[in-house]
Amino acid sequence: MTPDETEDRLRRALARDLDAGFAEVVRVHGDVVHSVARALTARAADAEDLAAESLLRAYRALRGYDAGRVAALAVRPWLLTIVRNAARNAARDASRRPAPPPAFDPVEPASEIAGPAQEALRADDRRQLTAALAALPEPQRSAVVLRHVVGLPTAEVAQVLGCAGGTAKSHVSRGLRRLRTLLTEPADTGAAQRVSVSGRSAP
Amino acid sequence: MNDSLLSALAGLAAPAPATLPGRVFTGWTSAPSRLGDVFVAVTAHGVQFVRPAGSADEFAAAYRDRFDRPLRRLDRLPAGVGPALRGRAGRPPLDLHALSDFERDVLAATARIPAGQTRPYGWVAREAGRPRAVRAVGTVLARNPVPLLVPCHRVVRADGAAGDYMFGPARKDALLRDEGANLDEVAALARGGVHYLASDTTGIVCFPTCRDARRITPAHRHGFPTVAAAVAAGYRPCRTCRPAA
Repeated sequence: MTPDETEDRLRRALARDLDAGFAEVVRVHGDVVHSVARALTARAADAEDLAAESLLRAYRALRGYDAGRVAALAVRPWLLTIVRNAARNAARDASRRPAPPPAFDPVEPASEIAGPAQEALRADDRRQLTAALAALPEPQRSAVVLRHVVGLPTAEVAQVLGCAGGTAKSHVSRGLRRLRTLLTEPADTGAAQRVSVSGRSAP
Repeated sequence: MNDSLLSALAGLAAPAPATLPGRVFTGWTSAPSRLGDVFVAVTAHGVQFVRPAGSADEFAAAYRDRFDRPLRRLDRLPAGVGPALRGRAGRPPLDLHALSDFERDVLAATARIPAGQTRPYGWVAREAGRPRAVRAVGTVLARNPVPLLVPCHRVVRADGAAGDYMFGPARKDALLRDEGANLDEVAALARGGVHYLASDTTGIVCFPTCRDARRITPAHRHGFPTVAAAVAAGYRPCRTCRPAA
């Protein structure tokens, strides 16, 4: 099924029965929602909270939509817009609270459906990359996550960011450039930096 | 282009944990209970909503209007919920997140009333820390999301009458009699102006449904209209049923 057919099927399912249709939305787009939530949150434990909260917000919004609005809905970019807003709200709220004591973030077990890329990515590389992503300014950060973590087409990245396609493209490329710099710059803490994910010193 | 940064970014994708749908959807099903068949809604935190079974659409509409979450059909109830609904022992976890602090305090106080006993609305208000909010307690209990599991049928009027129940006074009466509450005796005492019973062997004054009050033999039993009158006569309020001092 093409992405367009999937979207169309989801819209019709939502129009037929909101709750059953929404279950289908979560089944189809739950992974991409969670992946974006994971890439936009500092701690793994917060990603599921953010994903669940975003999905509930989406459901609550849908309850207020009339049939015409549901029929015109671009489901995936709409959902990811909600995730992005929820992540920014959560970050803003967190910055207003005093910092929590440093928590030990347990190393996540390897995902059962991990692809070669995931297997290759060691936990500390992952942490390093997540930290570098967090250091990117918005909207570059969201643009890179949407384009390269979950592989959205540039046009859909633009929909989520609410900008023109060309603008989205430049957010992605500037974001990538900044990421490479962050990952190759010597870190304040010394020798912990590596270039294995920078792309400039492929082994 | 064999770009390791791009493959590293793609490697950050993290499939949703299997628990995610359960964090979003509330499960619902029907179950037998002391009120007959009921519909039950259960979140990841516990039981959230119980209503007499009828139209599934009406239940879903009432649920969504109140909690604003999607529902999905549940295959079976979490362990312990079924027996609790049928009146067996056990207190399954409840999801009371959608309630205000006051509402939660009212339900927590109500949940402490033992089976077969009753307490007036004013008692619940005091136990909930808002002694003057008697009317508000009535409003909270009339909307109790989890009847039976929080036994709002054990909260009665101060004049001894059973009072209203969200599913009708007849069901309240039947539930209390089924638990062995001495409703007729309480009503007879109330007609004579007696709302508290004291024992001259223990020197303690209780609500008439308190387990301790029901053990007082007639020769040692003294009735009072108020706790203050009993205290003036030298009795102290029971520490189990906690009548207002």
